[in-house]
Amino acid sequence: MKKENTVTVFLMGKAYRVPAGLTIMKAMEYAGYRLVRGVGCRGGYCGACATVYRLPGDYRLYADLACQTTVQDGMYIAQLPFTPATRAPYRLEELAPQGETLLALYPELARCVACNTCTKACPQKLEVMDAVQQALRGDIAQVAELTFDCVSCGLCTMRCPAEIMHYHVWQLARRLHGAYQAPRSGHLADRVGQIRQGAFHGELDRLMAMGKDELAQAYKARDIEP
Amino acid sequence: MATYPKEIQESIARVEATRPARLHTNPPRLSLADQEALLRGFHPDYKAEGKRALKVGPSWGELVPHEVADLLEAYPLIDPATINLSQVDYDVDVLVIGGGGAGTVAAIWAHEAGIPAERILIVTKLRHGDSNSMMAQGGIQAADKPHDSPAIHYLDIMGGGHFTSDPKLVRAMVEDGPMVIQWHEKLGVMYDKEPDGTMVTIHGGGTSRKRMHSAKDYTGMEIMRVLRDEARSRNIPVLEFSPAVELLTDSLGQVAGAVVWNLETEEYQIIRAKATVLATGGWGRLHIQGFPTTNHYGATADGLVLAYRVGAKLRDLDAVQYHPTGAAYPEQLVGLLITEKVRGLSAQPLNREGQLFVHPLEPRDVESAAFIRECTPVEHGGRGLGVVTPTGMVGVWLDTPMVDMIHGQGTFQRALSSIYRMYIRFDIDPTKEPILVYPTLHYQNGGVVMDENGWTGIPGLFAGGEVEGGVHGKNRLMGNSLLDFNVFGRRAGLAAAAWAKQARLGSLTLAHVERFVRELGEAQVPPTRRAPMLLPEYRGEKALARMVDLL
Repeated sequence: MKKENTVTVFLMGKAYRVPAGLTIMKAMEYAGYRLVRGVGCRGGYCGACATVYRLPGDYRLYADLACQTTVQDGMYIAQLPFTPATRAPYRLEELAPQGETLLALYPELARCVACNTCTKACPQKLEVMDAVQQALRGDIAQVAELTFDCVSCGLCTMRCPAEIMHYHVWQLARRLHGAYQAPRSGHLADRVGQIRQGAFHGELDRLMAMGKDELAQAYKARDIEP
Repeated sequence: MATYPKEIQESIARVEATRPARLHTNPPRLSLADQEALLRGFHPDYKAEGKRALKVGPSWGELVPHEVADLLEAYPLIDPATINLSQVDYDVDVLVIGGGGAGTVAAIWAHEAGIPAERILIVTKLRHGDSNSMMAQGGIQAADKPHDSPAIHYLDIMGGGHFTSDPKLVRAMVEDGPMVIQWHEKLGVMYDKEPDGTMVTIHGGGTSRKRMHSAKDYTGMEIMRVLRDEARSRNIPVLEFSPAVELLTDSLGQVAGAVVWNLETEEYQIIRAKATVLATGGWGRLHIQGFPTTNHYGATADGLVLAYRVGAKLRDLDAVQYHPTGAAYPEQLVGLLITEKVRGLSAQPLNREGQLFVHPLEPRDVESAAFIRECTPVEHGGRGLGVVTPTGMVGVWLDTPMVDMIHGQGTFQRALSSIYRMYIRFDIDPTKEPILVYPTLHYQNGGVVMDENGWTGIPGLFAGGEVEGGVHGKNRLMGNSLLDFNVFGRRAGLAAAAWAKQARLGSLTLAHVERFVRELGEAQVPPTRRAPMLLPEYRGEKALARMVDLL
């Protein structure tokens, strides 16, 4: 009766029976792997658990995150322990948010053949190739927007025939956008100025001098923004 | 693949039936007395059997969860007698232990303070950036709006923490807050803004002003990756897969670096440092009282163990933060974080009858206690109105379709894209159907005692981020952890740099470990217990039962 609830998966080519419904990550652990590489936040944010797999009777190579993907019977699984990708040396304060900045630091962008393999490999389902095209066009804001949800797992980079190192390009584009293109906050600058001038010292001194009961009264009496 | 089973669908129909009537109204917030009663009745922290008094070390006699006591009252992983301290592998001015948010910020500010990059070293258990910081979704608090002020933020923190926080630390945090956001702005963090640059800010549980800044629902990831990129720009060296297993002291009684262990080659290395910043994060992976956790794989409280052995005091470790909304269904998502921003964007918690039983934005401990009361069976004093899933997990509804109904079509997918993506993988569309949630182990409220400059009171040892205590007292509010690691990571980095510039080291020693071992023996602690944990044990029982070490 237990058999119905298990599936066979092939971890690096070796068969293991594991409970159905587990994620690939938990299936590996169930099988006895103590994970060091290929594991991180376990919640789909850190990109440490890039995994590729094939399914029986299907020629395609699928790519996904081990912590977010449920095992299927007959799955052939390999994890990528690391993505070799070089980050260009730069200091943000020495760069300008110009169209050519991305291409100057990452010239291999120009090698894109628009095959769309990167997009198909993305576990976040981002429009990766569109972002490459926008990077070539020099539209930093578009690149930043299109790649905001990137978890830097490296799957696109490992699949790319043009050898582009996508996530480093995206990181640069987002920082250029955030620092130079997004509007600066006026109220934030005002508040930092007020704090520097000590505008809140008196009020904070008074609160710090209060005993617990008096502070509790002040807390209860505070008005709450609707 | 998942969707909801039939019995659960019926409860969804009741949620939909009550929705029009409650769409624009919420129950009043609880009085302090009612909050207290709810916490006493249902918060896991109030279960006396969950804790015990420490019988060794500088915080002797203090109550902590058994899972934490088991690590603090434990023997070292390495035998001091076998470690060769005369061969130093890295000799630096500032050692930062932990490559998450606090550690990265500390390293950047130590560099900013004039320590050359090659005289700084970050060591980290997994990869640089792998941390709870990376997973924080909802936002970061800072009092930068005209109708808000650091003083109001101060009051919110003190009250939310039930007046147990260290006032000096709270003041440091609220006064530094806006400066941190401005620093991020310069580094290129893509905060959510109006076209004129006004920050988009919302409420979090226990806030009296809308001061939660966000970068969609990837706020922590966005901040963390920008900080990491900045550290890389400065060429600050990072040693990955090398957790610290012991701090080093010197003949003058100062902390003087650490012993790290290469997780892959299994060799130890000696790092000598004039100043050491502890930024090892929290304890979620201890699964206190059996709760699932939102935390990173490496969140095993190593820093508490290391600091305790050199004589650092700990505080508020009796207070565990359970985030009210961990995913309760489907099974693959159990325990994962559903950001408080979902409630900040108006989604209400409901029981299986579709009734709204608590204000959606009480402080986290109160909100969690209310969920637990709703799900606890009547025979155990609860209300027995939770939704039971096919695996026996119980939860309450979070009425996610309300987000788009109130804030406009497309809001959920735009502002909560990571949550949307998480559920759509399992064929649950949170813009159409509510989701099931239950409290999950989220944060270490307390930790290593320090002053407002991150100094632990032990010469040469500084701390920042989740490992330290006092900022949040016994309950942290949403959005104050991202702020904490930026404020105190920075302060610890600056203080460590200043210390390193004048420090002179004596000869290296592990005498403190030998002393601690003697103390453990006198307290009759069973020698089988070893710490730090480094990684949690998740291997299958069947495999573990037959595991032998042959190579």
